Amino acid sequence: MAILLNRTTRVLVQGFTGKIGSFHAEDMKRYGTKVVGGVTPGKGGQTHLGVPVFNTMKGAVRETGADASIVFVPPPFAADAIMEAADAGIKFCVCITDGIPSQDMMHVKRYMRRYRFEDRMKLVGPNCAGIITPGQALMGIMPGNIYLPGRIGIVGRSGTLGYEAASQMKALGIGVSTSVGIGGDPINGSSFKDMLELFERDEDTDAVVMIGEIGGPQEAEAAEWAKWNMKKPLIAYIAGLSAPKGKRMGHAGAIISAFGESAQEKVEILKEAGVAIVPTPAAFGSTVAGVLAEHKKAA
Amino acid sequence: MDIHEYQAKELLSRYSVHIPRGGLAYSSEQATYRASEIGGGKWVVKAQIHSGARGKAGGIRICASDQEVCDAAEAMLGRKLVTHQTGPRGKLVSRLYIEETVDIRQEIYLAFVLDRKAERVMIVASASGGMEIEEIAEKQPDSIIRATVDPGAGMQHYQAREIAFGLGLENNLIGKATETLLGCYRVFRDYDASMLEINPLVVTRDGNLMALDAKMSFDENALFRRPEISELRDKSQEDPRETFASDRGLSYVGLEGSIGCIINGAGLAMATMDMIKIAGGEPANFLDIGGGASPERVAKSFRAVLGDKNVETILVNIFAGINRCDWVAEGVIKAIREVGVNVPLVVRLAGTNVDEGKRILAESGEDVLVADTLAEAAEKAVAAWQAVTKKNAA
Repeated sequence: MAILLNRTTRVLVQGFTGKIGSFHAEDMKRYGTKVVGGVTPGKGGQTHLGVPVFNTMKGAVRETGADASIVFVPPPFAADAIMEAADAGIKFCVCITDGIPSQDMMHVKRYMRRYRFEDRMKLVGPNCAGIITPGQALMGIMPGNIYLPGRIGIVGRSGTLGYEAASQMKALGIGVSTSVGIGGDPINGSSFKDMLELFERDEDTDAVVMIGEIGGPQEAEAAEWAKWNMKKPLIAYIAGLSAPKGKRMGHAGAIISAFGESAQEKVEILKEAGVAIVPTPAAFGSTVAGVLAEHKKAA
Repeated sequence: MDIHEYQAKELLSRYSVHIPRGGLAYSSEQATYRASEIGGGKWVVKAQIHSGARGKAGGIRICASDQEVCDAAEAMLGRKLVTHQTGPRGKLVSRLYIEETVDIRQEIYLAFVLDRKAERVMIVASASGGMEIEEIAEKQPDSIIRATVDPGAGMQHYQAREIAFGLGLENNLIGKATETLLGCYRVFRDYDASMLEINPLVVTRDGNLMALDAKMSFDENALFRRPEISELRDKSQEDPRETFASDRGLSYVGLEGSIGCIINGAGLAMATMDMIKIAGGEPANFLDIGGGASPERVAKSFRAVLGDKNVETILVNIFAGINRCDWVAEGVIKAIREVGVNVPLVVRLAGTNVDEGKRILAESGEDVLVADTLAEAAEKAVAAWQAVTKKNAA
């Protein structure tokens, strides 16, 4: 079923009746996502885009049987919305909101540890483009038409760079099982490693493209995990070759502050772990095609 | 967002961290007056800029008379100080901090940072203070003590005690050190700091514990709830190109190259800059135009990029998801006609309404080089820039 999201996933939209929430909820429905309702405190009882609005997540889950939610709530209130989803029994949550304070995310991560690992809600984002299982469902803000259904997983921090990769692959006829954005913030719900673990177990995924960038320890952690645990081919690109040390490149997390966080150092770490490297951002398509061809020959 | 040393010390002193007596001065007269207020016969005159390593750059001087204080102040004020952290453009000194000197028995390194691996606040301390943390990590790695704080419970007294004993402090200083450490944690938490560094924290000859220097940065995403921190912003310490852009809601970072970039999404922006470099050029800036790029926003981006006089070519790369290529194209034409673009311009559009966008560019009759792929865009931009440099050289 690809990972995390398919056509049967029942989705609630948090921050449903706002301009951004409404726009993307409609787009998601058009793509085929099963949007079963939404939450905007104070607007419970209304109908919006043909589905019911609720005051609380607990109420919404009780009435709709939803198992997933997507958060479009403004930054000052977004962390609260994520915790509300976790407490209402949501299994999978995508947070699109950009600009959540780091200390709020620290509290979210701590809060979620009150649940046993097996019961704990999986969170992707914040500050991400969301997730798409092409041909089935979309929980996010990406343009659905650039993804061809297929068997390659994509995980990345950046939205538009993920589009670039998917469209280069589509141009060569290579399709995507699921593409997931983990977001550009320093503290995020899921790491690269978390997503690689899911892709490795997924029967519908043959290989994974990881799109990292400067800053933070997550690419190195993923490389270490993949080296010992991943049987499927892993292909990686790291953005920020030309970024100077100590300058924040747009994403709150994209800043080189320690050893192992520059693009060159991350590429070295990945190479040592046996990961195939996409040498330039214009070579996503050709590198993936090359790795797949080689794998076919070996098999 | 960074603040000045004197501002950080003022915050810390409210949380029971001891600091030397000192005062702010904007002129040499004020500096000597501050020195006489503080009293004693020896002072430190410190340039207030957003950078470390001020001492080596001549930004910190010890003075033993009124005249020396006055001379030091005159030498520093109005000058640009270049340290290894400021970049070659340096930072303007317009404020000085005059402080009493203290007799130092021991120097300690202390920092609070947001640790991305632990996803918690981490305390980093070392009994080998006075040098930079990179140097400590290289020369005395075993001296570094680390501890993380549970955000639910906050920093505990025992954690502060462990660090204090770990630093080898004498028994009569443990209480003071615990108070200092807990104070630092609370100021970090209460104001949404992202970094707090005290280097050095000193043990004085008379048995006190004092912050001789202090650096603080704050989480910009949290400024909406910290108005007292927003007020401390000093625009004179920022790159004017970056101030212009951030006042207009654009995410911009100034660099040293000549190819100006206008891109949507931070990751794609970095990747496009990398592609420029691979193609043989140097990017002049990072600029993420963000989602919902209206024609007005595109025009603003052109103003920001062209504000940098080094820009000799512009590359626009938009992969539209929530953005629309037709809007971006309209914005590009608007910018050419209103802002005036007198350098070569390469535009690559992809995604939502791409055909409409390309048609608008083609029918405008303006001089725009259009590219279909990322590679083509970078190559065309670098080729156009090289043609300009050749022409300028001839």
